[in-house]
Amino acid sequence: MSQAVAEAKLLILIPAFNEEGAIAGVVQAVKDVMPGVPVLVVDDCSQDATVTLARGAGAQILALPHHLGLGGCVQAGYKLAFELGYDYVIRVDGDGQHDARDIPGVFETLRTSGCEMVIGSRFVNGNGGQTSRVRTAGIQFFRMVLRPILGKTVRDPTSGFVGVNRRALGVFSRSFPLEYPEIEALVVLQRRRFQFVEVACHMQPRRTGRSSITPMKSIYYIVHVLLGVFVNVLKYERRAPKQSRRV
Amino acid sequence: MDRLLNAMTGLSVLLIVMVLVSVRRARIRVEYSVAWLAGAAALLVFSRARVLLRTVADLLGVTYPPLALVLLVGSVFLLIFYRFSLIISQLKDDNIALAQRVAILEYHLQALKDHAAGC
Repeated sequence: MSQAVAEAKLLILIPAFNEEGAIAGVVQAVKDVMPGVPVLVVDDCSQDATVTLARGAGAQILALPHHLGLGGCVQAGYKLAFELGYDYVIRVDGDGQHDARDIPGVFETLRTSGCEMVIGSRFVNGNGGQTSRVRTAGIQFFRMVLRPILGKTVRDPTSGFVGVNRRALGVFSRSFPLEYPEIEALVVLQRRRFQFVEVACHMQPRRTGRSSITPMKSIYYIVHVLLGVFVNVLKYERRAPKQSRRV
Repeated sequence: MDRLLNAMTGLSVLLIVMVLVSVRRARIRVEYSVAWLAGAAALLVFSRARVLLRTVADLLGVTYPPLALVLLVGSVFLLIFYRFSLIISQLKDDNIALAQRVAILEYHLQALKDHAAGC
């Protein structure tokens, strides 16, 4: 694995907004698991000590001048990674919910499968026990919606633990959903006939802070994502020709 | 009918004055005031020209002319809102792209500074 890491240009991307309680631990955990791999924290204009703590833990910082939301924040990281010539980018949430020990598995699958995107899924191998009932219901709903669009079942469409290769990086640096991007991003990839695969990962309870999706916002979330999905389905774009599958 | 049409006239005059004052104080750019001024002017003309309003009401099959005016005004302002939604969306996209570009340039600048400091 370490030779593979040295040969392939891999970047770990951590979007963060007011994550001072968890960010240093997340960066440190990533560095312990993937020594020598650069870690980029994209700070979405945090009001707390996120930047200082992330830099102190050894991360590089991409500081946005004002708050853009998750999609704009992640896309900024993808744009920089694309410009710097990275071949692979793995995104890990800054709140500590993703286990850094799953990164090598995502990277290995990304490198060997030929898929453009690898999703760290809490539902592969039944690891989704920590997920709330409401979120599980939402995930099941979006699985049902996405199944006919993607042509296959995605078990964890809301996962933020995602690895992409350079082809997907090129697409996302030009076009990436701005709010709640995970589900819409799958449709963006499907439109280009890109492939994704899910690998098992472990979810931990959020270390600090609260989820931005409150019960009231979850209704807005569902409507917004549904609209985004259908807009992406209907969007007129020159579709890429079918590629031979390497999976 | 007269009272309603007078109210419409008052509203259109108020709108024209508000937009002109805002343009004068540079709160609204001239190019974005045009749609408002055109809409308000149309409202003013139709609320004063009864014959014209009756003709439009007949064309629309509306028996009560002020209702035709309300329909016309509503349609015009819906188009204005739509146009401004397009403009706002474009501005938001540009704003996000600019913010990302600023952040990336600052990143490169910091990398150059660090490199220079290390030499």
